[in-house]
Formats: sequence, C-alpha cells, structure tokens
Amino acid sequence: MKTVDARGLSCPEPVILARKAIEAGQFPIEVLVDAVTARENVRRMAEISGCTVAVEQAGDEFRLVLAK
Amino acid sequence: MSDRLTRFFASRWGIILAGAIIGVLAPLLQKLGNPPNMGICVACFERDIAGALGLHRAAAVQYIRPEVIGFVLGAMIAAYAFREFRARAGSAPIVRFVLGMFAMIGALAFLGCPWRATLRLAGGDLNAILGLAGLAVGIAIGVQFLKAGYNLGRAQKTHAAVGWIMPLIMVGLLLLLLFAPSFSKDGPIFFSQSGPGSLHAPLLISLAAGLLIGFLAQRTRFCTMGAIRDVILMRDFHLITGLLTLLVVAFVMNLILGQVRFGLAGQPVAHSSHLWNFLGMTLSGLAFALAGGCPGRQLFLSGEGDGDAAVFVLGMIAGAGIAHNFALAGSPDSVVEGVVKVGGLTPFGMGAVIIGLVACLAIGLTMRERTV
Repeated sequence: MKTVDARGLSCPEPVILARKAIEAGQFPIEVLVDAVTARENVRRMAEISGCTVAVEQAGDEFRLVLAK
Repeated sequence: MSDRLTRFFASRWGIILAGAIIGVLAPLLQKLGNPPNMGICVACFERDIAGALGLHRAAAVQYIRPEVIGFVLGAMIAAYAFREFRARAGSAPIVRFVLGMFAMIGALAFLGCPWRATLRLAGGDLNAILGLAGLAVGIAIGVQFLKAGYNLGRAQKTHAAVGWIMPLIMVGLLLLLLFAPSFSKDGPIFFSQSGPGSLHAPLLISLAAGLLIGFLAQRTRFCTMGAIRDVILMRDFHLITGLLTLLVVAFVMNLILGQVRFGLAGQPVAHSSHLWNFLGMTLSGLAFALAGGCPGRQLFLSGEGDGDAAVFVLGMIAGAGIAHNFALAGSPDSVVEGVVKVGGLTPFGMGAVIIGLVACLAIGLTMRERTV
C-alpha cells in the first residue's frame, strides 16, 4: 500500500500530496493526517476524484484509505 | 450530535451559512459605528491595535478592535467544544513572521485585507476590483510554488500552553480595552479622537460579532485566500461559495442600509491609484498563499492552537507598525476645495511593495522540502 504521510503539514499540502498519489494511480493509498481540517479536505478531494474513502482514528491522528 | 454538526459545517450549506452571517454582520457593524466599508477588516483592525499600543503613532488609526479578540477566542471556544484544539508549532516561524509583515505592508498599500476588499466591493467601491484582481494574481503565483513543492516544513505537536498564548494575549488586549490604563503622560493606550480609529461599534456588540464569526469560521474553515487558491489549484469551489455568499449578502445589506455608493475616486478610506491597489494586494495574496491562510484564517488557526499562525499574526501587527512609521501605507483620496485629490503610495511605499514581492518570490523559490 502506498503511504502518504501528511502529518504536521498544513493545508493545502496534505491535499496536494494525496492528489499526486491519486494521479499516480496505485491504489489503495493510505494518507496519514493529524488535523480534522486536513482529514475533511483530503476526503472531499478524494471523493470528487471518484475514490471511496475509509477513515480510522488513532488518538489525535487519522488514517484515510483511498480506493478506486 | 457533535459529528452531525461537524458534517453540516463542513458541507456546502455550512460555508454558505458562514459567508451569509459575515455578510449580515459586517454592514451592521458599519451601521453601528465601524468605519465606512470597514465593518470588518482584519488587516486594518490589527493595524488599529498596533496603533493603540503605540507601535505606530498614526493618530487616526488607534483602537483595540474587539472583533479581532472575538475572532481568536470564538475559534478557541469552537475548537474546544468540538475537541479540535491541538497545540502545534515549529513550521518555520521566522518565515511566517516575515510573510505576515509583508502581507500587512501589501494590505495597507491597498488599504484593506481580502475581507475588506470584498466589503468595499459590496459598498460600491470599484477600486476593490483592482485589489481583488491583484489578490488572485498573488495567490496564483503562490499556487505555482505549491505545485512545485513549496512548503515550510512540518509543525510538531507541543504543550497545550503553547496554543494558549495567542488567546491569552487577546484576553490581555481585552483588559487593556476595558480599563484603558494610561501608562505615561502622552503614552499608550492610544484611542483615536478622529479618523477611522475613532469610529467603532459598541464594544460588546463588536466582541459578540467577533466571537460568533470566530466560532463559525473555525467550524467551516472559512478562508478568503483559500477560496481563490482552491479554485486555481484544483477547481474546488467549496470555500469560494462562502466568499461569494458574503459578497452578495453584504451588498444586499448595504442596499437596505443605504451604504452603497458606486465609484472609483473619493471612496471612503480608499485610494484610486490603480497600479498600487493591484500590486499591494498581489503582495498580500502571495504572502497569504505562502503562509496557508488569509489574515482571518490565521487568527482562527491561532485560536485553535496553531503557534505558527500566531507568529504570522504578530508579524502582521509588527508590519503595521513598520508600514505607518516608515510612511509605507497608502493615503486615501481626499477632497480639497471640492476637487478629489487621488491618494496612493509614497515612493517608500512603492519600494516596500516591490521589496516585499521580491522577498516572497525568494521564499517561494528557495523553501522546498521533500515531504514524501
């Protein structure tokens, strides 16, 4: 699984990194973020791009799995 | 319940609600006493705070603006209520300070931040079109840097107390406003006796409006820079729906309140020096894009624990001191013996905008870090 570690990055960087991974086309993609804003923004972008998004929370951090 | 609310605020209707409420409140604040086309202006209000503290001595623009205090504290309340308060810091703070400084110098060249640019347009000030165009160009340049890998590095989780510093500074400012102590003869706290700084809505109303906007903006991530950036970067129209709602609602409110006057020359607290309206906001837009948020958003972030956004805010306040002490800020158009005299920038102001653009371009070009 391809992992995008966007923890500690402020928007829009998590979204840019996740989008690059989507464009590369190797699914599923794991995106790690540590802010609700980043989680919502990555989710919105991924859904617009036609991905399904599963979210898990671990403490303060979130793991999103994008699949197509 | 909390989850459902979070989802509503993140939805299109959430951002429309935030834009609509700001669009109602800003013209009302003007009606209740705030300066013309300045119901809310984050840059101007931070500049007024800098003046009240004596960081600059422009006598017409000195007041501790409760709206700014409310923005930070409202965002903090929202962040705690929804368990989103996260203290973090350490993503190139000195760069953020410099970006804040130049963002303010650019905003004061135009005489307004993106919030006021929108409100000026909603009041019929067509100079705002030049400002907003400049803002979009600055953001578009920033987007190119973002695409090329620009970033300021990762922030680290830190002690909750770090995230409390900006809210506590705001509480301190509120106390200074309430008690208005005099620290020395002819010394601060300064309150303008005339000019825009002397015009303000009643304290509690301003504070309440600020708290409400801070709360809503923290929930919805309302951001005037992000609105334009997301359209350019990824054709995402979510945030700009909120900004356009603000513009339309504020325009309708201004019509109802009789606050619309179309024109270019002689608009209130504005100048019609087109090139510098454009370039000033280009500088601001670029600095906001590189820092990841408009001046309002930086206040909201600093309320939810972001120490780097707090440094950006301090940079803006320092920038206001610099702008007025060194005669960099734009002068409004004035009417002398019935003739409109076009205001604008001093040669120093023009130089500062150019230096700011060069500095921001250098930041965008040199600060790339591998993040994958």
